[in-house]
Amino acid sequence: MIHSLFLVNSSGDIFLEKHWKSVVSRSVCDYFFEAQERASEPENVPPVIPTPHHYLISVLRHRIYFVAVIQSEVPPLFVIEFLHRVVDTFQDYFGVCTEAAIKDNVVVVYELLEEMLDNGFPLATESNILKELIKPPTILRTVVNTITGSTNVGEQLPTGQLSVVPWRRTGVKYTNNEAYFDVVEEIDAIIDKSGSTITAEIQGVIDACVKLSGMPDLTLSFMNPRLLDDVSFHPCVRFKRWEAERILSFIPPDGNFRLLSYHVSSQNLVAIPVYVKHNITFREGSSQGRFELTLGPKQTMGKAVESVLVSSQLPRGVLNVNLNPSQGTYTFDPVTKLLSWDVGKINPQKLPSLKGSMSLQAGASKPDENPTINIQFKIQQMAISGLKVNRLDMYGEKYKPFKGIKYMTKAGKFQVRT
Amino acid sequence: MQRLLQLPASAVNMVKTAQGQEEAKSPVLTPDGSQATWYSAVRPDELRHLRAGGEVEDAGASAEEGANTGGQAQPLRHDDLKEMLDSNKDSLKLEAMKRIVAMMARGKNASDLFPAVVKNVACKNIEVKKLVYVYLVRYAEEQQDLALLSISTFQRGLKDPNQLIRASALRVLSSIRVTIIIPIMMLAIKDAASDMSPYVRKTAAHAIPKLYSLDPEQKEPLIEVIEKLLADKTTLVAGSVVMAFEGVCPERIDLIHKNYRKLCNLLIDVEEWGQVVIINMLTRYARTQFLNPNANEVLLEEGEEKEFYGSDEEEGKEEKVEKKKPYVMDPDHRLLLRNTKPLLQSRNAAVVMAVAQLYFHLAPKAEVGVTAKALVRLLRSHSEVQFVVLQNVATMSIKRKGMFETYLKSFYIRSTDPTQIKVLKLEVLTNLATETSISIILREFQTYIKSMDKDFVAATIQAIGRCATNIGEVRDTCLNGLVQLLSNRDELVVAESVVVIKKLLQMQPEQHSDIIKHMAKLIENIQVPMARASILWLIGEYCEHVPKIAPDVLRKMAKSFTSEEDIVKLQILNLAAKLYLTNSKQTKLLTQYVLNLAKYDQNYDIRDRARFIRQLIVPTDKGGALSKYAKKLFLALKPAPILESPFKDRDHFQLGSLSHLLNVKAGGYQELPDWPETAPDPSVRNVEVMDKRKEKKKVEKPFYSDSEDESRLTESADSDSNTGSGSESSSATEESDSGSKSEDSGGESESEQQEKPNRKNGLELLKLFWHSRVLFVCILPCSAQTISPTFSSLKTYELLHRLTGEGLAVGYCFGRQPFVRDPHMVTVQIQFTNHMDTEARNLRVREPRLQSGMRIKEFPEIEVLPPGETVTTVMGIDFCDSTQAANFQLCTHTRKFCVSIQPPVGELMAPVFMLENEFKKEQGQLMGMNEIKETLVLGEACQSDYAIVQRVTAAANVGQVPCGSDQEFAGKTMTSNSLVLVTVITKRDRTAQLTVNCEKMVIGTMLVKDILHALSQ
Repeated sequence: MIHSLFLVNSSGDIFLEKHWKSVVSRSVCDYFFEAQERASEPENVPPVIPTPHHYLISVLRHRIYFVAVIQSEVPPLFVIEFLHRVVDTFQDYFGVCTEAAIKDNVVVVYELLEEMLDNGFPLATESNILKELIKPPTILRTVVNTITGSTNVGEQLPTGQLSVVPWRRTGVKYTNNEAYFDVVEEIDAIIDKSGSTITAEIQGVIDACVKLSGMPDLTLSFMNPRLLDDVSFHPCVRFKRWEAERILSFIPPDGNFRLLSYHVSSQNLVAIPVYVKHNITFREGSSQGRFELTLGPKQTMGKAVESVLVSSQLPRGVLNVNLNPSQGTYTFDPVTKLLSWDVGKINPQKLPSLKGSMSLQAGASKPDENPTINIQFKIQQMAISGLKVNRLDMYGEKYKPFKGIKYMTKAGKFQVRT
Repeated sequence: MQRLLQLPASAVNMVKTAQGQEEAKSPVLTPDGSQATWYSAVRPDELRHLRAGGEVEDAGASAEEGANTGGQAQPLRHDDLKEMLDSNKDSLKLEAMKRIVAMMARGKNASDLFPAVVKNVACKNIEVKKLVYVYLVRYAEEQQDLALLSISTFQRGLKDPNQLIRASALRVLSSIRVTIIIPIMMLAIKDAASDMSPYVRKTAAHAIPKLYSLDPEQKEPLIEVIEKLLADKTTLVAGSVVMAFEGVCPERIDLIHKNYRKLCNLLIDVEEWGQVVIINMLTRYARTQFLNPNANEVLLEEGEEKEFYGSDEEEGKEEKVEKKKPYVMDPDHRLLLRNTKPLLQSRNAAVVMAVAQLYFHLAPKAEVGVTAKALVRLLRSHSEVQFVVLQNVATMSIKRKGMFETYLKSFYIRSTDPTQIKVLKLEVLTNLATETSISIILREFQTYIKSMDKDFVAATIQAIGRCATNIGEVRDTCLNGLVQLLSNRDELVVAESVVVIKKLLQMQPEQHSDIIKHMAKLIENIQVPMARASILWLIGEYCEHVPKIAPDVLRKMAKSFTSEEDIVKLQILNLAAKLYLTNSKQTKLLTQYVLNLAKYDQNYDIRDRARFIRQLIVPTDKGGALSKYAKKLFLALKPAPILESPFKDRDHFQLGSLSHLLNVKAGGYQELPDWPETAPDPSVRNVEVMDKRKEKKKVEKPFYSDSEDESRLTESADSDSNTGSGSESSSATEESDSGSKSEDSGGESESEQQEKPNRKNGLELLKLFWHSRVLFVCILPCSAQTISPTFSSLKTYELLHRLTGEGLAVGYCFGRQPFVRDPHMVTVQIQFTNHMDTEARNLRVREPRLQSGMRIKEFPEIEVLPPGETVTTVMGIDFCDSTQAANFQLCTHTRKFCVSIQPPVGELMAPVFMLENEFKKEQGQLMGMNEIKETLVLGEACQSDYAIVQRVTAAANVGQVPCGSDQEFAGKTMTSNSLVLVTVITKRDRTAQLTVNCEKMVIGTMLVKDILHALSQ
């Protein structure tokens, strides 16, 4: 399946290579570089590139291209999904997945890659198993290892791979047993010029951080499970139980994991928590344009809209802008023409606005494209769909765990067309 | 990298400080002499290299080329590594290995260190060992001879008692691409394939394709191994072996038959990567074995779909005759569809895609829709995932438009999408457009046209063109919209519009002469060659509609002819020729002029065309025979172009495959076969349940004794429950999935039985396992002696000797299954054999003389027993937990015999399922008087754990406690249900301690005696 992996940084250097079968020369990446040159934007590099003898399948994460070389038919999603899993694992291990982090931990990276694939076929991709095999580097451990010369490879051979619950480490012990669940919902929306909603959807995830000793068996139930239209589970969730009772029943992996992602059925009307008033105009023959933008909250159920960030790609003809924000700060990059305005919190009494003028290239005709406005925001302690967790119970262990549930709503791909 | 170098860096400091002084004074260095020698061996110039190493890495890949050659040019550095590898400190070895791995990662050649590294293959330190493995696998191919040095280590590893070490030894051994060890690999794989541990078997499955790629000659023996592993019942192995199957012998579809149902049932518990491989393989399998569920529809829609389904000629003729009979789905086909459906909820995009393609290729048309929701969900994933999914959705949406219609808005384009995603979404939107949805789609398209991404705008214009051709109602609207675009400022947009308008006009040119006029005016401004060419073609083609403008355009073009692009020149020639034929008065000279210009053009195509046209249209003395047909040739009615999706007919590739994505057959792609005309024999997939149980028993017995193997135990329970539910469900399948929605919302009753066993907690699993074992026990008696020597206690006791019985011999044995009519009774099997020459009649029990409390359930009277025949019957006796004999009379039609049955104490009980902690708890309550301990010397033949289990279970009807640390057995007496707990603890020197805990002290004492006897034999 996967023959080799090359890691390419944003300046086009191969900084790591790993081969699982016979060595493939790194010159195969030339085809990739060619495609990269052709693509206008980094994300426009085609994920699958055929070459005379190989196929290159790549993903772009954290400005690093992970280029897998394959030689014969294999479902492309299989490789793509695996590469993303690799990135997730690196992130899990090193906190960040950057070129520097990978270079610093090149041995751990190599050990991980060795365990994750055997002859190009995925072997152990479960983070709990990997962490038993290869301990993640921490500052303390690095220091200890340097002094004592001990290793970061697990002394114990892991048994997780052999157990009935391969996603959970065995022999987990905590002094404080705690389980936290974050219900995070994202609104994807397209709002048209007049402010009416073209499409709006709510995607949610439940991310868990479970630190419980032993082999706890948890059940999580919702007040209104009917809201969930389409769900995908972590493998630990018992599917039949969900089908029958709409209850999440699972033996959790140890640590952080995504328990569930869901989609709220589109029958329910989606509440849009912010509105935008905008007036972006260019006049024919004039080298000036007007820019006015006002934000306001709506349907927020009394919760504050925070961390608001507005960004917009202005037309190429715009040379510079001269704007006046009522709060927050704005930046404009004259090269990429990207305007971004860090608003902060919306105060309903005094709505934030950004007004001013844009200067255009002299003599150029008025741009006929309209910029789109992208908005990011956060609302704490609320799930916009109204989803509520009913209760969380634990079986199989004697102690009383500390349980916590947090709700949050965020903007996903929230666009306003002008 | 820097962190890696911290050890040497600190060493540097130490050496620096130590340089002036005596080394012995350094507190760190004193305790260990060898370390000190190394540090002193590091000369200052080497230290410079160490530090330089760090800088080189930081400098990045630009310096790498230099460093690459520098690597060889710096033998010093490698000497230093070699020295570290040769030292006897693990920490130094580790440090050296880490640096070597870092070199490998950067693509530097580290092969000259091979001899030094390979020596450390047997190092005790796990991390060093692992890194050595990494190195070996990378360089062994280049250093075949030296690599052989390491082989013996792996061979030793293959025999290790720890399954993980066996597995990792096999993994590395099979990854070393050295041809000389092929026979060793083959042997190792064969051994590992029958290893007790499923994990080792999984590794064996992984090793198969490795060996095959190294030496394709080994195909046949490898197929044997694959066949064997395919029969494996553990989820761990299933994915890997199917992977091997796909790599080595995907054509051997016959190997799948027997394992088909098992694979379907195991599927949900296989790890996600294995699921993908199995689903793809089963898709192909199903295409060869089942009938097309949409066959009837094909017949209906033959007109449209014939290209695809009817591509084979032979299909056409038989079809009509056959398809008359109603289609009934094969239960196995249904089983596959049903068992894959829950996987649509997987978090792994590849699994979801695999299920979606399976449904697309195999499911009845009405059911394919269930996958749409999951596919739309994937659109929220990473852009690479989106890219692949959209490609597949594009293909699906052509064939099954309805399934995505409700999700139309999910394909709306955002300005932040990458261009390649935008274009694919457009493709899908265009495919989905219908009379009802077209208006909103067009409104969407209007906003897209204002986008800043010009490539995307061009694609949108093409999409509008396609919508217009496909849906007649909106053609005029689209055309008007496109004409408006002609005044767009961006030339690319205008050009693209011209091209599309040209195609649209071709469909109904009469009504649009003003558009043609408008476009003729545009030729002044548009510079894009394709657009110019399109306009010229339009004017030429419809010159009758614009009789005044056309000659003028030609005049202008004649002026600029020499500076035009080739395609434009060709169209100018075309225009000239057409005008000459329709309006020769005005254009004769112009045409001549253009033809002359073309005659001397640099491009031979244009010269050729000019010559050809001249001959054709200009009458010459030779009187070209064709010139009278010139009008027909040039002004023939041309068919309007059909604007088709580039994704049309891509579904002859299996969806989700690389080949489908590239629309080219990739290496190793397995064609998706066409449905068969008649279904092959479905019975090939039948697996005889009885046989399976027998086999299972034989396999299973040894591992009772093997405490290492907990997982195996549970897993075999899985497979057992699965085969059970599988055979059941496959027989009653039809009713299920028809209403897909209802299944989503409401709980399905039958779903219960298929509860993922893997996810149950341990207790349930073990109970399940217990049931399965009880089952075997139940089945046993009828053929116990032949099946297994395990239950040797089923020996037959004599009730009536043939001499005493005057030719009638009667024997009995204890069946050990629960007596059906009364749970307190012991089952006694009685076997009559008639050795007389005449038949015996009316065999029955009479006048039982029993101790108080004892009860007897007689066997039904046997009317006739012909001479020489044997008959077996069953009776139940409640012995009241005592070993007192039950006396009764056995009567025939002529005689009566007084007989008695005396049970061994071990038969007065029945096994109980118990977990170890329960066992310990119960044992704690039965201490003191109730506990009897004996030490014994184990007999010759019962040294192994396995033998002990056999002996104990033979002596008494008790059940072993699963996964117990010692040999523990539990049972309860038949009548009073008192627990009987037996523990055997083996000691080193062939001795063992036997403990029996039982409330009934008499039973306890007797049992101890019996077991002692059994074990010390």
